[in-house]
Amino acid sequence: MTARRYHLLLAGLSALVLALFLASLLIGPAGMPLGASLAALFGGGEDILVLVMRELRLPQALLGAMVGAALGLTGAVMQGFLRNPLAEPGLIGTSGSAALGAVLAIHTGLAAAWPLGLPLAALAGALVSVLVMLLLAGPRGGTLVLILAGIAISALAGAATSLVLNLSPNPFAANEIVFWMMGSLADRSMVHVWTAAPFMALGLALLWRIGPALDALTLGEDTAASAGIRLGRLRLAIVGGVAALVGAATAVAGAIGFVGLVVPHMLRRAVGASPARLIPASALGGAAMVLAADIAVRLVLPGRDLKLGVLTALIGAPFFLHLILKTRRQGL
Amino acid sequence: MTALLDLQDLGVCRNGRPVLERIGLRIGAGEFVGLLGPNGAGKTTLLRAALGLLPAEGRSSLAVMGNAERARAAAFMPQGREIAWPMPVESLVALGRIAHPGAARAADRAAVQRAITALHLEDLRHRPATELSGGEQARALIARALAQESPLLVADEPIAGLDPAAQIWVMRLFARLAGQGGGVLASLHDLGLAARFCTRLVMLHQGRIAADGPPETVLTAANLARVFGITAHLARGPQGLLFQPLDIIP
Repeated sequence: MTARRYHLLLAGLSALVLALFLASLLIGPAGMPLGASLAALFGGGEDILVLVMRELRLPQALLGAMVGAALGLTGAVMQGFLRNPLAEPGLIGTSGSAALGAVLAIHTGLAAAWPLGLPLAALAGALVSVLVMLLLAGPRGGTLVLILAGIAISALAGAATSLVLNLSPNPFAANEIVFWMMGSLADRSMVHVWTAAPFMALGLALLWRIGPALDALTLGEDTAASAGIRLGRLRLAIVGGVAALVGAATAVAGAIGFVGLVVPHMLRRAVGASPARLIPASALGGAAMVLAADIAVRLVLPGRDLKLGVLTALIGAPFFLHLILKTRRQGL
Repeated sequence: MTALLDLQDLGVCRNGRPVLERIGLRIGAGEFVGLLGPNGAGKTTLLRAALGLLPAEGRSSLAVMGNAERARAAAFMPQGREIAWPMPVESLVALGRIAHPGAARAADRAAVQRAITALHLEDLRHRPATELSGGEQARALIARALAQESPLLVADEPIAGLDPAAQIWVMRLFARLAGQGGGVLASLHDLGLAARFCTRLVMLHQGRIAADGPPETVLTAANLARVFGITAHLARGPQGLLFQPLDIIP
């Protein structure tokens, strides 16, 4: 795997993301003329067109790219860190806890009373999961403790979510909760973009330079430590960074499964299996996948409000099975 | 002579039970030290504690260093030959350069090339490391440790599972590293190869050093009986030191 081929791959993925981003801006139920749409986005034009483009399509496309990139990136980070292709971003319990926060916001009426109520409650849920995780897995806690703590937190958050549903006083609230949990990017506004952006930026900053450490971990923790990697610090950066990215993504889009699991798989061979190189490639691949899936839900059943998370799982799971079959044929 | 590794009164307790006690060991440039001992004697624990990978009492010159400084003082090849991802051999060897984050790209490339040449990995360099045979993987991992270019190389059972030619070849490489002014500390189970190639042997028994010195003074009948429970034939012939285990002492 030469550096040239890797840069070509990144350039190709970037072009794909850009194309899908534009497509996401231009494809929708309103069926507006192409030129007028773009003009409305950048300059001006009919008021209704400007409104649709800037207040509906633009945030939806931006969130698609951001959420997809966050999921793809954290998937690659978790798989690299745990040296396990089955690891996924939800493993440390953040997505479950963020979902619990959101569900509580819907249940208590906070979400209806205040547009920022739901995403902020979800972020608070994510933060609680990180604090519990740090308490349990601590600076000296090993990787196994981290995984077990993640499973425990996920299970607890899942049970609490079920409890809220169980005790839900009216079927409409329960309905809303169930639909929210399926994950969607429809009817989001720029407020959602600005809510998620700072947390995603924080997550990116924490995970910015961990590439070499993940590469070193390919040969196990002892080899990595003896090559100069500070594992305790790496663990903290990963817990914080993954939680910020996944928490923000879940807060604005709900639970969108399989992206963080499948995208790193699809790209691993193409980047020469280096965990460090997989991180940017996976971020771009995740953005492309979520943008494509979000366009697909608009086209497949336009009137039925097909949820994004349902589609990613419907496409992702068979694709995953196909990958497993392929791996089996290679006798690995 | 400055020591590459200096252990003073090193001890490790696990669940209140001492697994390593009062270890004193000094390794200088030019030494190829073979660490011997039966299973459970504490060889791996000693190597990991010396590198600071395990909390220990006493003092180790490597454990007191910062991670980055230590990585440039000693390279480690652990016993479990874990390779998580199907990376090409060349990329795997280049992982050794992570210890030198500030190095120029040309220096990194040269070091990787030297390690690949030293381990004869030229034909395998583009093959995914996970698809290689066990012996080839071991060679790639040794090359990774060499690419770290640290004065001391610490290896936990580096020749286990290799075919005879590869074993001799690795032992010769380590002896050559020591000859060029480096230091090697390797735990070994093959006493015959240890006797032939190591400049010094350290025999561990129940967490303590039972014998330390040149091969002939360590592989004595008394030491072998006490530590390993075996009898053996040791002779110095025209081809050097010959060692053959003979029987178990009932």
